[in-house]
Amino acid sequence: MLHIYCPHCGESRDEEEFHPAGQAHIERPKDPDACTDKEWGEFLYFRRNPRGVHHELWVHAAGCRKFFNMTRNTQTYEIKEVYKLGEQPSVVAE
Amino acid sequence: MAQQTNNETRRLSAGGRIDRSKPITFTFNDKQYKGYEGDTLASALLANGVDIIGRSFKYSRPRGIVAAGAEEPNAIMQLGATEATQIPNVRATQQALYDGLVCKVTNGWPNVDNDLMGWVGKLGGKMMPPGFYYKTFMYPKSMWETYESYIRKAAGLGRSPKENDPDRYDNMNQHCDVLVVGGGPAGLMAALTAARGGARVILADEQNEFGGSLLSSKESIGNKPATEWVDDVVTELARFDNVQLLTHATVNGYHDHNFLTIHQHLTDQSFDKAPNGKICQRLHRVRAKWVVLATGAHERPLVYGNNDVPGCMVANAVSTYIQRYGVVPGKDLVLMTTNDNAYRAALDWHDAGHNVVAIVDTRKNSKGTLVEAARERGMTVMLGSGVVDVQGSKRVTSVSIAKLNEAGDQVEGSVIEVKADTVASSGGWSPVIHLSCHTGSRPVWSDEVVGFLPGPSQQQQLTAGAMNGAYSTAAALEQGMNAGQSALEKLAMKMADVSVPETETLDEAEPMALFHIPHPKPTHKAPKQFVDLQNDVTAAGIELACREGFESIEHVKRYTAMGFGTDQGKLGNINGMAIAAKYLKQSIPETGTTIFRPNYTPVTFGAIAGRDCGELFEPKRYTAMHQWHMEHGAKFEDVGQWKRPWYYPKAGETMQEALNRECLATRESVGILDASTLGKIDIQGKDAREFLGRVYTNAWAKLAVGKCRYGLMCGEDGMVFDDGVTSCLAENHFLMTTTTGGAAHVLSWLELYHQTEWPELEVYFTSVTDHWATMTISGPNSRRLLETLTDGDVSKESMSFMDWRAMTVAGVPARVFRISFTGELSFEINVQANYGMHVWKALFEQGKQFNLTPYGTETMHILRAEKGFIIAGQDTDGSVHPFDLGMPWAVSMQKPFSFIGKRGMQREDCVRKDRKQLVGLKTTDPSVVLPEGAQGVFDPKASIPMPMVGHVSSSYWSANLGRSVAMGFVKGGHDKMGQKVYYPLVDGRVVEAEICSPVFLDPKGERQNV
Repeated sequence: MLHIYCPHCGESRDEEEFHPAGQAHIERPKDPDACTDKEWGEFLYFRRNPRGVHHELWVHAAGCRKFFNMTRNTQTYEIKEVYKLGEQPSVVAE
Repeated sequence: MAQQTNNETRRLSAGGRIDRSKPITFTFNDKQYKGYEGDTLASALLANGVDIIGRSFKYSRPRGIVAAGAEEPNAIMQLGATEATQIPNVRATQQALYDGLVCKVTNGWPNVDNDLMGWVGKLGGKMMPPGFYYKTFMYPKSMWETYESYIRKAAGLGRSPKENDPDRYDNMNQHCDVLVVGGGPAGLMAALTAARGGARVILADEQNEFGGSLLSSKESIGNKPATEWVDDVVTELARFDNVQLLTHATVNGYHDHNFLTIHQHLTDQSFDKAPNGKICQRLHRVRAKWVVLATGAHERPLVYGNNDVPGCMVANAVSTYIQRYGVVPGKDLVLMTTNDNAYRAALDWHDAGHNVVAIVDTRKNSKGTLVEAARERGMTVMLGSGVVDVQGSKRVTSVSIAKLNEAGDQVEGSVIEVKADTVASSGGWSPVIHLSCHTGSRPVWSDEVVGFLPGPSQQQQLTAGAMNGAYSTAAALEQGMNAGQSALEKLAMKMADVSVPETETLDEAEPMALFHIPHPKPTHKAPKQFVDLQNDVTAAGIELACREGFESIEHVKRYTAMGFGTDQGKLGNINGMAIAAKYLKQSIPETGTTIFRPNYTPVTFGAIAGRDCGELFEPKRYTAMHQWHMEHGAKFEDVGQWKRPWYYPKAGETMQEALNRECLATRESVGILDASTLGKIDIQGKDAREFLGRVYTNAWAKLAVGKCRYGLMCGEDGMVFDDGVTSCLAENHFLMTTTTGGAAHVLSWLELYHQTEWPELEVYFTSVTDHWATMTISGPNSRRLLETLTDGDVSKESMSFMDWRAMTVAGVPARVFRISFTGELSFEINVQANYGMHVWKALFEQGKQFNLTPYGTETMHILRAEKGFIIAGQDTDGSVHPFDLGMPWAVSMQKPFSFIGKRGMQREDCVRKDRKQLVGLKTTDPSVVLPEGAQGVFDPKASIPMPMVGHVSSSYWSANLGRSVAMGFVKGGHDKMGQKVYYPLVDGRVVEAEICSPVFLDPKGERQNV
């Protein structure tokens, strides 16, 4: 069970309090109506599934309800860092 | 009645850590036996001369006790004096003996001494080769269940109780600086060091007392007997406030981020059923800053012919039974060893006054301290030799010994046979690396240790003692201390004042790396040489697996079942890998190892569940009017965690009769529904209106204060996932309602978009579901009923359909919404939840004159289906967009912002004409109610598999219309009005239905506009 530091609460808490919410840094296209079906399909469905470092979106669901980003190694489960939305990671996935 | 026996034939008159003043009576296989406090079930059985404690899994061969700890593969018991207190798969070596203990063998049917499956085993490996499940029992497939029940009964895999467990279990969450796993010399030293340094320490050991190997040792530490040193350390540790000592506590899982689970046995080590509601077992869930693994090592038995006959044991277990329990498990011993250490077993046997027939040492030379001690006692030491097989069926009767070549892979010369009843064997030690493997760390082979050592770990993990291959007590103590200091350093605490006590040093010769003793016959013709006793895996079986192409050790494991089940490869894995490596002509590191997974030993479901069972399994949510529903005989339906009234049967009514009555009463006069469970989200902020426009498919820009509007919520793919009515309470203040089950998801969805996409919008969301009690009165008399209780003007003129007004109802402040899910004139009354019951009762007081009838979720479903209103989650399944639902009026493509779902529902696939579309379904026979989920076809005579064109999503008997009503999906259904669709059912009937509008009642909506 992961031990996750919530950057909003400033505390490490058990995984039970959190929900993963998919890949981080997926931005909704600014003008969806100008997207082709292919572009929209890629935004909708295509996600990375790396064995190694990955940027993920999490929410402190049973805590402050705030979303935040996490850089995590999907193989070792090591959490490299957590950072707030709008911030950029200092450890970058390949 | 159990037979009485008192036949402790193998107990020494003195010695051991048992309390001879506290005799204990217990029952094994319906026979009574005696033991002492301090015994394990295994030591007591051995003391009583019980040789056979089960039958083997596959070949049904008689089996005896082999080991003295968690690694025991055979002595797996079914425990429990009553049906309710049955516990399967308890290792006799780990179960403390208590007065009144009742156990039975797990394997063996009808009984261990005369086993029906024995004949299968006698036919040898030919009928049950590795992979026998796949090969022998898979065909014909229809027979598998028959085979399985037979195999299970015969092989015996333990059974769960048929009655509820009367005992209480517990979970405990803990944090500590250092968790020390294992209370042997290394673990004690680590704990002592960390404790003296001021760290918060938990020390856990699976045995009933701390000390580990020292409890069965004659060594001295710090110039006193080792057990005295143990007592001193434990006494000191117990005095620390920052130390928690857990015995009978197996750390059985090492999970990510230093989260470990400890399965602690409490009253189950003393009682069949806990007295006074005491806790039976506890699962500690520990988050440790640092972990010191000091889990020790298991001695490896050697693999030789018939090495499963009762009397064949691990050398170290022989010492343990003698030293710790005062039990010598036989009369005449042959010891076979590859190392000096195992000589202790022969020395202990001899010193207990029993006969050591021979020490068979596979090495050509040896003259260590212990070897010399054996020679001094006049024992026969046969160098360069091995036990090739033993004779006997229910107990070893004689032992065959032969000279081996230098490499130990060939027999040289003739075989001699000696009389003996016990064979102790040792192939060296295997570090207990299970826990370090749990988190994904791959173990590393060490030629020096002749075993796998823990590999690099991601965890905050330190290791010490025998699990590092440091087998001497001196090395264990030193490594323990270093691990303790190291943990303190990493915790930024000061070093502890501690030093390693003095120990004796022994001269030890090099051990030999030997696993599989050769036989004069080739392996596949030799007597069975067992590698994994619990799963009946033999050396020949592993060779066969390799020959059949299973070259990866992971495949060998799965094909042969080596290391499966509760055994987890504790005794057999290394031997198995060595045999595979030898056959494949490669080294052990090249062959690799399988990985260990949690749990180290079996954990009861009770301990995992803890208090989270029965009423505490899951929270239940009740509305403010729940008590009234109970008193009025409501049947309840679970909707998420909510208990919602389903229907209110009167005496003698069937469900359908109750529904008919509720439906008719509502449309004829007035009905009432407890709608409190609908999700309610309070939305405020200057951009609230803009936000609504982005998350709903329809327009919100012009919704005036005092007005309500229905909206559909879609995902980015354009598919509907929730719906509800949102009301404008003030210019920057809205109240959104969601489906009962969707409330949490919708709130999270709103937060997601606000936080990730549009943080610039000033808007706040608050769940207010539980703040309000909501009651819907519906029917032509609902206005007259409301008028008796309110100060507000609810007339048609001042409060139109889709208006809301603040007013008082029954004297309390209320928000009343004129919205309708039944198609009738309806008012949804919201009052503060704690006024809910008062208002509800007041409505019934006034409602008598109107025959006010309570209805539940089922009638709500019927009434809305008569009107063709959808239920999100029933008439949607994540694959339908608003146009599929025939609800284009709920989508505004003109909104300036591209709302969520807009782009998605315009994709090529979403604008196909032949999509499955929601339509009404009118059965040709009005009395037939289509089953929900039935699949429709256009041509019922088409050959099977028929092309399916959509399913029935909602279907009911409508008492108001005197016929069935249904909605469902039909390919291109919106353009097929009046056409027929057919539903072939499981029972052979084919129901014909006409595609129609889903609005069966009052298509013009006149009833709600009055």
